[in-house]
Amino acid sequence: MEAENAEGPDWQLKPWERIPSIRAFLPTSTLAMKKIPSFLAVLAFGFLFVGSALRADDIKVGEFAALTGGSASFGQSSHKGTELAFDELNAAGGVLGKKFKLITEDDQSAAGQPATIVRKLISQDKVIAVLGEVRSSATIEAAPICQENKIPLISPAATNPKVTEVGDYISRVCFIDPFQGTVMAKFALSKGWKKIALLTDVKQDYSVGLAEFFSKGFTAGGGQIVKEQKYSTGDKDFKPQLTSIKATKPDAIFIPGYYAEVALIGKQARLLGIKVPLLGGDGWVGDSLLKVAGNSLDGSCFSCHFSAEDKSEAVQEFVKKFKAKYNEVPDDMAALGYDSAEILADAIKRAGTTDGDKLKTAIAETKGYKGVTGVITLDAQRNASKPAVILSIGGGGFHFEQTVAP
Amino acid sequence: MADKLLELLQQIINGLSQGSIYALIALGYTMVFGVLRFINFAHGDVYMLGAFVGFYLGPKALKMFSDGPSYPGAAAVLLLAMVLCAIIGIIIELLCYRPLRERPKLTVLITAIGVSLFLENGGQFVFGADPKSFPDVITDRALEIPESWGKISGLTITVSQVLAFGVTLVLMFALSHIVRKTKLGMAMRALSFNPVAAQLMGINIDVVISFTFGLGSALAGAAGILTSIQQPSIDPLMGVNAGLKAFVAAVLGGIGNLQGAVLGGILIGLVEALVVGYVNPTYRDPIVFGVLILILLFKPTGLLGASEREKV
Amino acid sequence: MAQRPKLFLILAVVVAAIASHVLSGGAAPAIPALNPYYYDVLIGIGINIILAVGLNLVNGYTGQFSLGHAGFMAAGAYASAWLTLSYGYALGSSGWATTTIFIIALFLGGVVAAVAGLIVGVPSLRLKGDYLAIVTLGFNEIIKGIIQNDDALGAQRGLGGIAQHTTFFWTFALAAVTIYVVVSLVNSTYGRGFLAVRDDEIAAEAMGINTTKYKVLAFVLAAFFAGVAGGLYAHFKQFIHPEGFNFMKSVDVVVMVILGGMGSTAGVCFAAVLLTILPELLRYVAHIEMLPEWLRHIAENRMIIYSLLLILLMLTRPQGLFGAVNLKRKKA
Repeated sequence: MEAENAEGPDWQLKPWERIPSIRAFLPTSTLAMKKIPSFLAVLAFGFLFVGSALRADDIKVGEFAALTGGSASFGQSSHKGTELAFDELNAAGGVLGKKFKLITEDDQSAAGQPATIVRKLISQDKVIAVLGEVRSSATIEAAPICQENKIPLISPAATNPKVTEVGDYISRVCFIDPFQGTVMAKFALSKGWKKIALLTDVKQDYSVGLAEFFSKGFTAGGGQIVKEQKYSTGDKDFKPQLTSIKATKPDAIFIPGYYAEVALIGKQARLLGIKVPLLGGDGWVGDSLLKVAGNSLDGSCFSCHFSAEDKSEAVQEFVKKFKAKYNEVPDDMAALGYDSAEILADAIKRAGTTDGDKLKTAIAETKGYKGVTGVITLDAQRNASKPAVILSIGGGGFHFEQTVAP
Repeated sequence: MADKLLELLQQIINGLSQGSIYALIALGYTMVFGVLRFINFAHGDVYMLGAFVGFYLGPKALKMFSDGPSYPGAAAVLLLAMVLCAIIGIIIELLCYRPLRERPKLTVLITAIGVSLFLENGGQFVFGADPKSFPDVITDRALEIPESWGKISGLTITVSQVLAFGVTLVLMFALSHIVRKTKLGMAMRALSFNPVAAQLMGINIDVVISFTFGLGSALAGAAGILTSIQQPSIDPLMGVNAGLKAFVAAVLGGIGNLQGAVLGGILIGLVEALVVGYVNPTYRDPIVFGVLILILLFKPTGLLGASEREKV
Repeated sequence: MAQRPKLFLILAVVVAAIASHVLSGGAAPAIPALNPYYYDVLIGIGINIILAVGLNLVNGYTGQFSLGHAGFMAAGAYASAWLTLSYGYALGSSGWATTTIFIIALFLGGVVAAVAGLIVGVPSLRLKGDYLAIVTLGFNEIIKGIIQNDDALGAQRGLGGIAQHTTFFWTFALAAVTIYVVVSLVNSTYGRGFLAVRDDEIAAEAMGINTTKYKVLAFVLAAFFAGVAGGLYAHFKQFIHPEGFNFMKSVDVVVMVILGGMGSTAGVCFAAVLLTILPELLRYVAHIEMLPEWLRHIAENRMIIYSLLLILLMLTRPQGLFGAVNLKRKKA
């Protein structure tokens, strides 16, 4: 074995280096090929052994969410909402006489993971339905697998139209981007704004899509997009983009991005002397938006699914229960997660079974369901037809402006 | 026409303030490379830790001076971050790089990557992945430029931008002084010329290396605070991009050369601002990397660097 | 295996064919098809083997530290996906026709990736160590940037609807081919060239070895295989997104090479298997309710474990599990 390690005349082997490596004991032929089958054996044994112990009569529902990684705050929010819903349902006795067992897997906000996870949930954990995800790209990745295996999938918050185009087992409880973009466009037109600049997050399909639909709606109504600037998720400095926008003197700026960047954009815009209102979409909803932005976003408006200020009993009940369990005010991801679980349970009740085929039909037939994010009816494409809420920002909080029905 | 000029000037100001941050971080890279001949991948993450030190300890430091944002308070936060980051840098060197001093460069490089990933993911785990709002250590506002100066009054220069640029200059001069006029500085330079000869001259290279790391990390910590004042949203992954850009800046200016690091930083900051404002923001990162590749192809020692002969 | 690589290759392909048939449930009624989740993991293992063995050629045998392997995988994935999406039925819709297009697509993916490897390699391979690492990282970002700005490739929306052509057979047959090529190359005079470049470039140049040729060859070959792996990945997951080929993915492959031991193909295969299964096992750990909360969270965050693994490995056993290189030698 010394020969393997020899490096010159003055090389001394330390005692622990005299232990020959494992290679010495293995035959030199077909080493790699020998390793693989033995590892398969270990793998198979390991999985058979480490199975989850579930009662046979639980209703198993799978959930895949981004609990860690770049989208963790959205994923954790929607997970909390879903969890709360199932806890409540189980406390009330479950559905069809059985309790729910929620199996959640973290997709780490990474591509490639949703497919593996959903395969696991379906074939390993044998779930009867899958809930998820908040991100459209993750949902588009997982949807074909659910469709193929005839397991219904309900997405709480994926807004890209392509999601439900995958097949009739795929549905969602939120509105889609074309609707949201048009809502904001109409709102902008109603305020008499003629020139708007766009500041889009090119790393997010959601942002690009929303900007596109807003543009269409706004220009169709006689408005003009004077500048299209871009940034990427994770950017911290927007002064170059804002400087370029400022030069075109718009009446307002539409920023269909996520709260982390929007907060900074607001602050920097005001510092640069840009005084016009800022507009946005449901990506603005996030804990740190106002903490970071301070009062720079006062007077700005955005569309979203849910307002914790909504005085209706259902919403206030939900807010109370959520606060009690998690010690924080729910945002719209949490509310949507909650509604997706509740609608699944409702559909199971109506179908009277957890059989995939009948369940998917029952889900698609959801009409006038009173969820915490509004009255939900699934249309022919299994997208939720429901009003959008426009909120304005001021005095350190969000304020209800108007509801826009489809 | 005047409007276009105004826009250009504004972009230049934006570029300068961002560039000074890169310069500070680049100084750290360049110092460590000069003395140890390796790129400390984890340097960008020390910058991130500086910002988080400010986040957690900032409010307490501010309370000592007045109940809200104040300049003395900001200075205290800055110094605190610098000191703590220096300590962190020294600990990292002690634990992870010192045992590998005799090993091939590849090993140390991989370790540095490991440390960087650990700090980033550990940060996400400990601090949470969600961006945090950095406390207001000063009240940031745009400086009032008198109308009588003409169109220039349309420009916006914020207090934080001036602060960033100013503190960078001050730190750069201080560093330059340390390196040229103090004994430790002389030891650092000796070490960068020839480690073996330096040891023969009685220099304790362990101490000097620790000192170098401490200095570099302190600068990174300062950069972290200065950035957070301008962009008060901090998250555990903020060091990745900044670290990479600062590395490009250090190489551009000539790695091992202090003035080069600052020049490189400012240049990269300007390039970024101009590309984003006039070309296409999505090309910003590829163009910065393109600059790196071009420099390495045509003038690998950088703009201000001297050619190094490789001894066989 | 080193003695009779051709025999190994033929054996491996035959075994892969049989295994593929059995695992898809075609053998006998008593042997059911493999659970799709396990199948997913198995295909993942095969793809990672191809990636790691290819990278090992560059990082391990030739001593060039490349941190941009995911970029080549992306090039191959998108190129092959584009071909099957545009011309998938050019030869007809029978199984043979689509499979032929698939193979052509894989080959195209490999070639596109190899060309990318050439473009990246020729300028970069003049650089040493740290610089090469950062430049390859930069190129990874540039390749990703190109894809993100190309609407025809789906940009940030990702590219979906790719037909699922990848099977167990193709994955492991191609893995066997990769291993065969790399091992044969390494045990030939080319291999001597690679090792010479790794051990001491200046001495090698002095001996008349064209170091640039060997470095570029290793790089381009590794890129080719990464492209093929990318094609297999695209046709399995059926949806690809630029963010799936970022620096983190490159780090994943690098960790496999380092853990396995740079310069040991067998070790790298072993590490590839281990590190594909590890995240899945960690998922189970995350669900074991008896463990404390923070431990379960760490299990979910595999990057913390990987990074600690890297640091510990470098401090204690830099040659990895099966490394043939002695990286503990003192510099002369």
